[in-house]
Amino acid sequence: MAQTTFEEISAADFFYRNRDIAGFTNPSRAIFAAVRELVENSLDAAESLKTPPDVYVRLSYEGEASAETQIYRLRVEDNGIGIPPRHIPSAFGQVLFGSKYKLKQQRGTFGLGGKMAILYGQITTHQPAYITSSTEMSKIYMYKLMIDIQRNRPLILDRKVLINKEQWRGTIVEFSLEGDYFRAMPKLLDYFKQTAMVNPYANLTFVDPKGRLYRFTRVTKEMPVPPKETKPHPYGVDVELLQRLIQITPSKNMLEFLKNHFHRVGEITAHKFLEFSNLSLSKNPKKLTHEEIVRLMHMLKKYKDFLPPDASCLSPLGEDLLKAGILKELKPEFVVVHQRKPATYAGHPFIVEFGLAYGGEIPKRGNFIVYRFANRIPLLYDEASDVSVRVITAMNWRRYRVNPDMPIAILVHICSTKVPYKTVGKEFIAGRPEVRREIANGLREVARQIQHFMSKREHVDRERKRLGVFSKYLPKIAQFSTRLAGKQKPPDIEKLLTSVKKYGAEETEK
Amino acid sequence: MAQKKQRSSILERKKEVLESLSGLGGKIYDQLDNGTFPSITMPSRSTENIYYDPQVRQFILGDRKVKRSARNIRHVKPFAQLTWAALFSNELTSQCKTSTLRDVYYSAQAYEMTFKDQQESNNIVTDLETILGFSREDFSIFPEERSAIFGDLTIEYTVPGYEGRTMNLTSHPDGVMIGPALTSSEFVKTTADKVIAVEKGGLFTRFIEESVHKKFNSLLVLTAGQAPRATRHFIRRLNAELNLPVYIFTDGDPWGMHIAMVIISGSANAAHLRELNTPDAKWSGVWATDIVNYKLPTDPLDEVDMKRLYELQKDPRYKEDPLWQREIKTFMKIRKKAEQEAFSRYGLTYIVDEYLPAKLEETK
Ligand SMILES: Nc1ncnc2c1ncn2[C@@H]1O[C@H](COP(=O)(O)OP(=O)(O)OP(=O)(O)O)[C@@H](O)[C@H]1O
Ligand SMILES: [Mg+2]
Repeated sequence: MAQTTFEEISAADFFYRNRDIAGFTNPSRAIFAAVRELVENSLDAAESLKTPPDVYVRLSYEGEASAETQIYRLRVEDNGIGIPPRHIPSAFGQVLFGSKYKLKQQRGTFGLGGKMAILYGQITTHQPAYITSSTEMSKIYMYKLMIDIQRNRPLILDRKVLINKEQWRGTIVEFSLEGDYFRAMPKLLDYFKQTAMVNPYANLTFVDPKGRLYRFTRVTKEMPVPPKETKPHPYGVDVELLQRLIQITPSKNMLEFLKNHFHRVGEITAHKFLEFSNLSLSKNPKKLTHEEIVRLMHMLKKYKDFLPPDASCLSPLGEDLLKAGILKELKPEFVVVHQRKPATYAGHPFIVEFGLAYGGEIPKRGNFIVYRFANRIPLLYDEASDVSVRVITAMNWRRYRVNPDMPIAILVHICSTKVPYKTVGKEFIAGRPEVRREIANGLREVARQIQHFMSKREHVDRERKRLGVFSKYLPKIAQFSTRLAGKQKPPDIEKLLTSVKKYGAEETEK
Repeated sequence: MAQKKQRSSILERKKEVLESLSGLGGKIYDQLDNGTFPSITMPSRSTENIYYDPQVRQFILGDRKVKRSARNIRHVKPFAQLTWAALFSNELTSQCKTSTLRDVYYSAQAYEMTFKDQQESNNIVTDLETILGFSREDFSIFPEERSAIFGDLTIEYTVPGYEGRTMNLTSHPDGVMIGPALTSSEFVKTTADKVIAVEKGGLFTRFIEESVHKKFNSLLVLTAGQAPRATRHFIRRLNAELNLPVYIFTDGDPWGMHIAMVIISGSANAAHLRELNTPDAKWSGVWATDIVNYKLPTDPLDEVDMKRLYELQKDPRYKEDPLWQREIKTFMKIRKKAEQEAFSRYGLTYIVDEYLPAKLEETK
């Protein structure tokens, strides 16, 4: 009889075995995912300092790996906050280690992305990764490391300390990985373009394996208001989170516990809630049994009178920046933007922003071109499953005299402390009813605006044509009638021509 | 022998035409010169404004007017086209040149004027007719279709290079084309005492061969289907200036009947014009009752023919004379039609020897 063996695997091992769920599905997706994860870390790092990001990405060819795949060296450099030396190894060598578990809007959330890229490189090339970083102190730290997959620990192979003469600040990550750049290229370029679209204050540079340079230059140094950290909202908690909070809380009774750890819970609300849920004020939270914790979670969700979460933990782009980004990357004839008021789903605040661009360099595809973003990250895969795309498809555009044959691009940006992704690969957004409703309302608003624009433009066009007709034919009437009447001097028609113009101008202003 | 009319009738008319064209130009010029948008008012040619006038025995336009104003965005281009058409007509007429509707359409391009299509330029010419009350032939625009005449009539040309020259219309055995030179001629003399108009070229030639012009002392006119307006005006002149009665022979079907009717009572399309019709002309055959009486070989009337009959039955022009209603009813009853050639069943000359004299007598 075969013997069943039991073993524990580490987090690194788990993600190594299940790299699909993090987006490292195949050699072309892997290249894309690696670049994306590192670029996002860099953008986060610069933004957390309120510095307009400068991100430099270079992908260079190192050699054949197999018939279809090659080895590339990836280098991503930023002007971000840098990493304190003692955290560098774990930040890049230990899965589920990160600084972004707090409740505020950031690109990174899982403590996983950068490591998955490095892990993938390590598995496919057996080469170490090089991390160089400085927090603008007097020294620059260089680490050469690998990940001990079974133990989920960084293995430091080398460490160098350099004098930071030039006051450099930022991080450079460099490692080798296997992949298929030429299949990944279109998506990768899309990714840069779209990233530039929602980060119009960033400079992005990409040098591809052929040595081609792609530059996306910032058009503004304005940056969105950075998000504030927030506590979890009572509607959004689960048992896991409650247990974690109980473990770390210094509070000795329920009243303090609620007040200290939950968003929108003050003295009065805490009192009312405890009364509502028949809990004693003075109970020590650490004494709650498992059943009581489960019940507390249910009661928190049931209580109707918590104020909805405020949105200061969110950092949407804002209408002006959104517009700037769209104009810069899409060069449309016209763009309308709209930001919804904050809303919530299951205790998580979110804001949706919209842009609708028309004409100019936007191609006619027989279908709307849809750009989807979540927390300023472009979502490029699984478009058909995405909630925005579904709402766009279901909407009655004809009501707004808009149709898919027009050169139109629609941009939807969802910001949330917890974007309702369907997968860890962060590719598409699930169809929560609250989210769907916000998207539908926002789309209607931009549709109304574009309708307004179109009818205004039609009007101006008509006006221009009208004036054209007069200025073409009135002189002819003058010329012909002069000859017909046998006169010498043609009549002066300037006054008539100006009068149609004036009349036209009035009409346009209405 | 009929006396020729006032020698100067043609030249006088030409003078009037030129005056009214430059008058139109002056009116437009003055309005512009006064700093106002020029406008022109003319009778409406919409169907609601077309009436049959039993007095003058033709369609006329009612009191409804339309105003074309260069102030109106939709009118300014047609207005320019109209002014151009007037200028063009003026140049043609004063230089004694002629052209066709097709020419008008193309000539516009030399003046940087464009017409969307032939229809558009035709419409503008019709506007000009309506405004001035002259037909386009008067301002030297002639149709493509050409009909012909044969018989003892001497005319005198007024066209440049031929002024004063005379010609007898028997000089060519194929007949003489009724073109601009002929329609602008004066009538000098004739021995004929009637006009016989026929629809088809074949019969026209047969009549000449059989010397119908001599045997019946007549001028022969080939309408070549629906008679062009120049020909209708010419027939009217033959009738009015030379006092010749006019007899019309067509196929025995609703279409032939209507060819005769348009010569007699004019068409709705020309309701804005006068002097194109010959109210006293007679339709002499082939009638539906002739088909029965002469036992002619026939074809059945098809659906389109029947539909046409129902239309004609309601047409005010057909209510003038009980003959028309009788023939329409007979067509409907026998549901048959016959061509003029059908008489050949009795021999090639039967139509000339028997039918023609009988019908001329009957419709006198
Ligand atoms: N370029 C960088 N500059 C500064 N800090 C960085 C940089 N890259 C990574 N870090 C730090 O390393 C941590 C781990 O990064 P990693 O990408 O693995 O996870 P994450 O960004 O927190 O979450 P996610 O899995 O969603 O990407 C980050 O939380 C951040 O603190
Ligand atoms: Mg990350």
